Amino acid sequence: MLRYVIRRLLTAIPTLFVIVTISFFLMRVAPGGPFNQEKGLNPDIKANLERVYHLDESLLMQYLRYLWNLVRGDFGPTYTSPDFTVAERFANGLPVSIQLGGMALILALLIGGALGIIAALHQNKWEDYSVIATATAGSTIPTFVIAPLFQLFFALSLKWFPVGGWGDGALINKVGPVLTLMLPQLAIVARLMRGSMIESLHSHHIRTARALGLSDYAIIIRHALRGALLPVVSYAGPAAAALLTGSVIVETIFSIPGVGREFVFSALNRDYTMVMGTVVVIALFTISFNLIVDILYAVVDPRVRYD
Amino acid sequence: MNMNFKSWLVGTTMLAMTASGAFAEVVLNRGNSMDPESLDPHKTSTVNEANVIRDLFMGLTVQDAKAAVIPGAAESWTVSDDGKVYTFKLRTGATWSDGSPVTANDFVFAWQRLTDPATGAEYAYMLAPVVNAEDVTAGKKKPAELGVKAVDDMTFEVTLNAPTPYFLEMLTHQATYPVSKANIEKFGAEFSKPGNMVSNGAYTLAEFVPNDHIKLMKNPKFYDAANVKIDVVNFIPTEDKSTAMKRFEAGELDMNDDLPTEQLADLKAKFGNDLKIGPYLGTYYYIFKIPKAPWDNVKLRHAISMLIDRDYLAEKVWSNTMIPSYSFVPPGVSGYETRTTDYAEMSQIDREEAAKKVLGELGIGPDKPLKMEIHYNTSENHKNTAVAIQEQLKPFGIEISLVNTDGKTHYGLLEQHGDFDVARAGWIADYKDPANFLDLCKTGAGNNYSEYSNPEYDGLLAKAAAATDPAERMKDLSDAEAIGVARDLCVMPLLYYSYHDIVSPKVKGWEENVMDVHPTRYMSKE
Repeated sequence: MLRYVIRRLLTAIPTLFVIVTISFFLMRVAPGGPFNQEKGLNPDIKANLERVYHLDESLLMQYLRYLWNLVRGDFGPTYTSPDFTVAERFANGLPVSIQLGGMALILALLIGGALGIIAALHQNKWEDYSVIATATAGSTIPTFVIAPLFQLFFALSLKWFPVGGWGDGALINKVGPVLTLMLPQLAIVARLMRGSMIESLHSHHIRTARALGLSDYAIIIRHALRGALLPVVSYAGPAAAALLTGSVIVETIFSIPGVGREFVFSALNRDYTMVMGTVVVIALFTISFNLIVDILYAVVDPRVRYD
Repeated sequence: MNMNFKSWLVGTTMLAMTASGAFAEVVLNRGNSMDPESLDPHKTSTVNEANVIRDLFMGLTVQDAKAAVIPGAAESWTVSDDGKVYTFKLRTGATWSDGSPVTANDFVFAWQRLTDPATGAEYAYMLAPVVNAEDVTAGKKKPAELGVKAVDDMTFEVTLNAPTPYFLEMLTHQATYPVSKANIEKFGAEFSKPGNMVSNGAYTLAEFVPNDHIKLMKNPKFYDAANVKIDVVNFIPTEDKSTAMKRFEAGELDMNDDLPTEQLADLKAKFGNDLKIGPYLGTYYYIFKIPKAPWDNVKLRHAISMLIDRDYLAEKVWSNTMIPSYSFVPPGVSGYETRTTDYAEMSQIDREEAAKKVLGELGIGPDKPLKMEIHYNTSENHKNTAVAIQEQLKPFGIEISLVNTDGKTHYGLLEQHGDFDVARAGWIADYKDPANFLDLCKTGAGNNYSEYSNPEYDGLLAKAAAATDPAERMKDLSDAEAIGVARDLCVMPLLYYSYHDIVSPKVKGWEENVMDVHPTRYMSKE
């Protein structure tokens, strides 16, 4: 197992290198540059700016410079916020996104999982139908509708929560964004859980367990659930990577200083170093969570072995 | 759980109340539609950056609540007879927030820094009227050769290339603000961070959390601190305009500098006089690529211009947050006579008749249509504007196709003089002067996207730049606009911008003005 993890971590390095390389050159294919704007700059000034950021060098030179800095852990300056480095922007925003995404993910797994189990145990009864109806609604109403509705109802009418803002991380400011992030995930988890639980309940080993006279609790939690968890785990990996790196919609609507919007705006602003920073961060999260999922497989399902 | 939550809620609210009661600080929460890129005055260019930096720093001159120029870091000044040498007497007793005096050497240092190529300042050209400034920025001369001098600690002398009547107006721009030499020598590029920054304005920097807030505290060392009534200003970025309205309604924001204009009717009903809408010194325009046939034909350009129903655009597309425009320089610059196209006063029907005649002469009509491509940068309103124009011109045989690209691609194409027929652009004045607009049509100017070139026009601008008599200068500029814009359409003006703010009735001292400039030091809150 340990050897497997080490091997996976080692293969992550060339993967990351390929991602960085492709992204670096793809990004430069996009027309325009960081210093094109409504009020155009005079050529001398633009040249000065490009010199300050080494954009006057050949593309290959810039690429090598970027790689060299990256290896030393330096993500470079940002063009659109020279007061901060890329690393500082992430140090500011990533904890915010991780908190919100993490809370949303945990709640979605717990509540969604529980709802899915309840639905599966009461297949085709009212409990089942209400879970399915809620799940369908939850996954079809987009976040850009849920978020403003939350603001109108809970913040403006009931005045329970603030409309937006981070409030230095106060719990009360997190409720809206967490709920909005959680709902679609919860819906998906509940449906996945219901489906795999039903399947698991019909499998041979459960029939054997029943025949052996095990209690309902033991059958469901110890035997059926383990098998049923696999699809949820494989979904939760990529979902975690996506949630923890923030959401542009939720962050914009709730005025949250996370990193989700950096991904979009850095690309639109042609903030090359920031774009590369976001690529590296997302790649790291995705690689890590895929590995975690694979390890969890072995933990959850005794049939999976890595040698 | 429910009870716990409620008692916790009550608890935090009470805590917040006692906290605010104990200090009785007056806090102003200002919505600012975009975060500043930087708080280093020399690395900024946008209106949103100006809003913050205006509170932190003070230039030689500043704007009052109505955006009129008044003395700032300079107490008084004299101008030589030829209008080229300005001698500023710095304000006695004015200090940096660390208590050290603001000296003429700080200004010499700051202006050399702004023009120094190593700084990479976008707005280095704000000092272009100063002797050698452009050569310094171009790397042809050393920063030390800039035409500025510290005569003594409190006397700062500037030598200009030509009399520049708007020079004092330019000095209100944040790019010309001083920075403390000692502070920058100590911290380098890190000086603009909270805890490091020393400033000479009414406020000092306490916190900067990107995408969340910038917190400024009243500067007790500010020379006029006795009259500064707001203790804490939070600049809160409000990218999502609908959220900003909700936050305003909930009292989380006391004001915001933008509105979701598509909801204007509802907002008017809900907020009434809290909405502040008025003319702003900016123009929304299209450009023809003039060297490219058939757009080199000025008659065709005018025919197309006449077919565009600007009243419709202003009213239906922009919900009256824009004003129909027939000149490049918006009204509101004192002493300047705006020159409009000769069909400005005609009815739309008469314009269409006149245009149809011209198109007929050129052999263009519904049976023999002319194809035209409009490029615009991404924005719902830019799209709606272009679509409306597309519909308006269709019956007359102008077949328009629309090309939408993001801002960087759009301006990249324009700057490199790429291939297009017609493209959207806009200009907001940096300072209150017609030349700030008209220079855009000068041969070879960086923002001259239409590639208009006319020696007569250039000559008038050059004459204006050298004029010593302000009235004569305004006349030359006005004549230039009559030729370049009204006659030749070097740009095709469509709409004047307007400012659209929302301000709580609790906030006093917020005055409407064409620059939409509202320094916090003049405001108070009940």
